[in-house]
Amino acid sequence: MIRFNFKRLIIVISLTLIFIKPLFSAETIDPIKVNWSFKELTGKFDRASLQRGFQVYKEVCASCHSMQYLSYRNLGEPGGPEFTQEEVKAIAASVEIEDGPDSQGEMFVRPGKPSDKFKSPYPNVEASTVANGGAYPPDMSVLVKARPGGADYMYSVLMGYEEPPAGMKLDDGVYYNKYMIGQKIKMSSPLSDGIVEYSDGTEATMDQMAKDVTTFLAWAAEPELEERHRVGFKVIIYLILLTILVYLSMKKIWSRIDSEI
Amino acid sequence: MSNEYTPKSKAGKWFNDRLPLLTLGSHLTDYPTPKNLNYWWTFGGILTFCLLTQIITGIVLAMHYVAHADLAFASVEHIMRNVNYGWLIRYIHSNGASMFFLAVYIHIFRSLFYGSYKSPREVIWIIGLLIYLLMMATAFMGYVLPWGQMSFWGATVITSLFSAIPLVGESITTWLWGAYSVDNPTLNRFFSLHYLFPFLIVGLVILHIWALHVPGNNNPIGIDIKKPSKDTVPFHPYITIKDAFALLLFLIIFSGFVFFSPNVLGHSDNYIPANPLVTPAHIVPEWYLLPFYAILRSVPDKLGGVILMFGSIFILFVLPWLDTSKVRSAVFRPMYRYFYWIFVVDVLLLGYMGAMPAEGIYLALARIGTIYYFLHFIVVLPVLGLLEKTDPIPMSISAPVLSSGADPALAKKDYDKI
Repeated sequence: MIRFNFKRLIIVISLTLIFIKPLFSAETIDPIKVNWSFKELTGKFDRASLQRGFQVYKEVCASCHSMQYLSYRNLGEPGGPEFTQEEVKAIAASVEIEDGPDSQGEMFVRPGKPSDKFKSPYPNVEASTVANGGAYPPDMSVLVKARPGGADYMYSVLMGYEEPPAGMKLDDGVYYNKYMIGQKIKMSSPLSDGIVEYSDGTEATMDQMAKDVTTFLAWAAEPELEERHRVGFKVIIYLILLTILVYLSMKKIWSRIDSEI
Repeated sequence: MSNEYTPKSKAGKWFNDRLPLLTLGSHLTDYPTPKNLNYWWTFGGILTFCLLTQIITGIVLAMHYVAHADLAFASVEHIMRNVNYGWLIRYIHSNGASMFFLAVYIHIFRSLFYGSYKSPREVIWIIGLLIYLLMMATAFMGYVLPWGQMSFWGATVITSLFSAIPLVGESITTWLWGAYSVDNPTLNRFFSLHYLFPFLIVGLVILHIWALHVPGNNNPIGIDIKKPSKDTVPFHPYITIKDAFALLLFLIIFSGFVFFSPNVLGHSDNYIPANPLVTPAHIVPEWYLLPFYAILRSVPDKLGGVILMFGSIFILFVLPWLDTSKVRSAVFRPMYRYFYWIFVVDVLLLGYMGAMPAEGIYLALARIGTIYYFLHFIVVLPVLGLLEKTDPIPMSISAPVLSSGADPALAKKDYDKI
């Protein structure tokens, strides 16, 4: 006979979860699985990797990609690259920000402050589109959350540039990338060995830079990740303890009457 | 309401004579509840919790959100990055919607299994369906607010359904949009209605509970019981503590989503700002709307699809009269039990097909699923009530098979388990 119990509930829930997981990877290859330090339940970002990743972003990506939802101050906040306040001030001061109008009604240029948003390389989407052959470089603030494969996908695309298979014709300014949706990308391979000189002495191999900058982008998309994991852990433990107490209270209360629960 | 209740204090009596709130409170705590209710009955309390959570987190989010096509996406990022614990409030709200629907589906399917929609509880059922309809509208409009790609294109697909109405369809769609496409006016009115509807739901929930308290709860064996009697327990503390325990288990799952995979139930495209010039490869609604989306797309004709999709919900309104069986609980309906689980699988199948592209084998299966969905209500349920030989029904909860001549083991086995 068909029974109606918790085993069935678990089966139904797990089936539902499998069913609702959208499978849109038909025209893409599964991305390379990387064992990111921030993946597990108590995962944290690798601080040194975040700092190196910021360097890669600043020296390579930032010439085309904006990151408009981040502020320079975020670079010094807990759970991120955690640059010192002096470093953050220096990073911010290295860019020129247009501000104003002043009391004379004039716009003026001043050095950046930690409270400023990351300066975008182009004034608007149209300008970035025309400067990049008709495909605008997407803003990188939440890019990792905006792609189905997340950090794995980001890393894979950076590492996925290859010679196109024989017979495949590519237009000027279009490149072959086996992990990209449709295998075509308008960005040339941004990384090559030694393109960045790491200040901490780490060897700037392509793989190292791809991992570092992906870590940085993952943090940029989810700056709350470490705190979320930390709070979540406490919340779940608290809930489990409370559940046990309530369960025991329930048993005691229901023992007053002649019934099972 | 128990008329014997009198407040102990003088002030209490004075107040209660003018507004019997204390009588209402005593009615709610003393409310005689069948003592054999199983954990599937705890979802009513869980749903109340979900509704309040959505309203409280929603009110806080509305303090920081900006309902404007150029600013909405940025304001959501502002909430995630700059508002104190904004990420937590938003993730509770967005995952809370999914949890709300998970709970409401369990609640509805519990009603289907135990025949809670049958006489004398038809009005509870119909109010419940109205709540469910408002929930879907609210959730759909809420999904539009972040103004990501899936927000924009989901809104475009769903609102375009109204253009299928003959003659006035185009005008109605333009009227809904407040523009000639989904645009800033659409976002503004969706925000306004998204804020309004939950309070309408609160009103309907009060009616839902009021209507419930007239005949009292159904129960796993689906028989009428004397109230109060040996078969009932007072709502407080017996049911409140049990609901609290179930709610805590539910909260552990809820927290798992919020803290450890807050985006798994959403679509990654919604972190791309809305762009009217770029259509996503696959436009999919949130998971809880997928079965209806599958029904919509399984019909080759647009108007036909819309009619069938709305029909699939409206047919539930007449369910109490389509089901001809006098026996409520599936525990005593051996054939209905099988059809029930086939129906559950059918709805899950439709949900899966709703997430797949509407082509080839997916489309064929979605069509079979759609046809079966309607057959279940139009053919299976009316016929089953006439043909099915039901098992003997016990006389009461405490003495399940007294004098009915049935096999005690049979009746015991099925409801004791729970």
